[in-house]
Amino acid sequence: MIRDLVIVGSGPAGYTAAIYASRAQLSPVLYEGSVTAGGALMTTTEVENFPGFVDGVMGPELMESMRKQAARFGTELITDDVVEMDLKGDIKTVKDGSGNVIEARAVILATGSAYRHIGLANEDRLSGRGVSWCATCDGFFFKDQTIAVVGGGDSAVEEATFLTKFASKVVLIHRRDSLRASKIMADRALNNPKIEMLWNTEVVDILGENKVEALALKNTVTGELSQRDFTGLFVAIGHIPRSELIKDQIDCDNEGYVKVEGRSTRTNLPGVFACGDLVDHTYRQAITAAGSGCQAALDAEKFLSH
Amino acid sequence: MATSKVTAANFDEVVLKSSTPVLVDFWAEWCGPCRAIGPILEDISNEYGDKIKIVKLNTDEESAIAIKYGVTSIPMLNVYVNGEVVKTIIGAKPKPALLKDLEAYI
Repeated sequence: MIRDLVIVGSGPAGYTAAIYASRAQLSPVLYEGSVTAGGALMTTTEVENFPGFVDGVMGPELMESMRKQAARFGTELITDDVVEMDLKGDIKTVKDGSGNVIEARAVILATGSAYRHIGLANEDRLSGRGVSWCATCDGFFFKDQTIAVVGGGDSAVEEATFLTKFASKVVLIHRRDSLRASKIMADRALNNPKIEMLWNTEVVDILGENKVEALALKNTVTGELSQRDFTGLFVAIGHIPRSELIKDQIDCDNEGYVKVEGRSTRTNLPGVFACGDLVDHTYRQAITAAGSGCQAALDAEKFLSH
Repeated sequence: MATSKVTAANFDEVVLKSSTPVLVDFWAEWCGPCRAIGPILEDISNEYGDKIKIVKLNTDEESAIAIKYGVTSIPMLNVYVNGEVVKTIIGAKPKPALLKDLEAYI
């Protein structure tokens, strides 16, 4: 059986596309991912800026609601990973981790982004042994310890603030001399007595035999090297688009974001649409991802009706 | 067989003194990736329960054991054979990847 539409990805973009597509009777299949279902919001805590939630909402709860809303209108949810896609012909094929292949006339890509790594040799070796990308997942285990957060954007500031619940001290390490984070978030961190700012500094090595013990640091202005003891390092230096499965068959920009036509979600391949963080290096919000997921469903619906 | 819960009270008996390999899933309610691999571990337990026993340890309730085994990131899966940790898997992985990590024990 050839389906109308397969959606790959289950963040706000994927689920919103599914809500619209299923209400439009397209009977979409949505691949949620085996361990990444719900996307980036599953590892956040309180979301205070999603419209409609006066008192805020927990990220995982918001995603569970979107999922149920998609299911309510008949979206077929599959909790597995897509491992291979062929998007070129009129009939697209999508293969999952269990070996099943689905054929469809249209595909919406909403695979989002992954955490960016610093790129240090010891970073992966000490991953899960003091190096983490997720404060809400791992912060609890650094009770009464001195830990470092590297980054200067909203996520770094949010992680640093969150980590003060557990750590005795959080040192926020940033390459520049001011934060990129929004003012409300930055002020919250700068006024937090448990957070120390280490400006104009980058991490050049992570030291430790079996767990993180110290960081080698470099002053980005003077070039001066130093070392400081930490038991944990939280990396919050942004994201990279998860376009690895498709970048050989679809037009992407230099950074790997899928290119779309103008204000639409149309890619260079007919019948293939992209939305959410996979295409967006500017806004990257739950609400903008949801908005672009809606656009993708409408674009796909229009394509399928021709 | 389904997974079961382990606590400080029965950790010695259920894990360390077990005659078959035991996988301990260090997890917590608030951990999204832990919840994601929960059903995968249930599946593996149902399929391979005769070879490897899978038990779950809530790190919020049993933080002393979590600290003793050096947990700094969850989900963390430790495989115990004859009371010793022989394998540590950190982070959520899809089922095929987990099965590959566990192939020596199943």
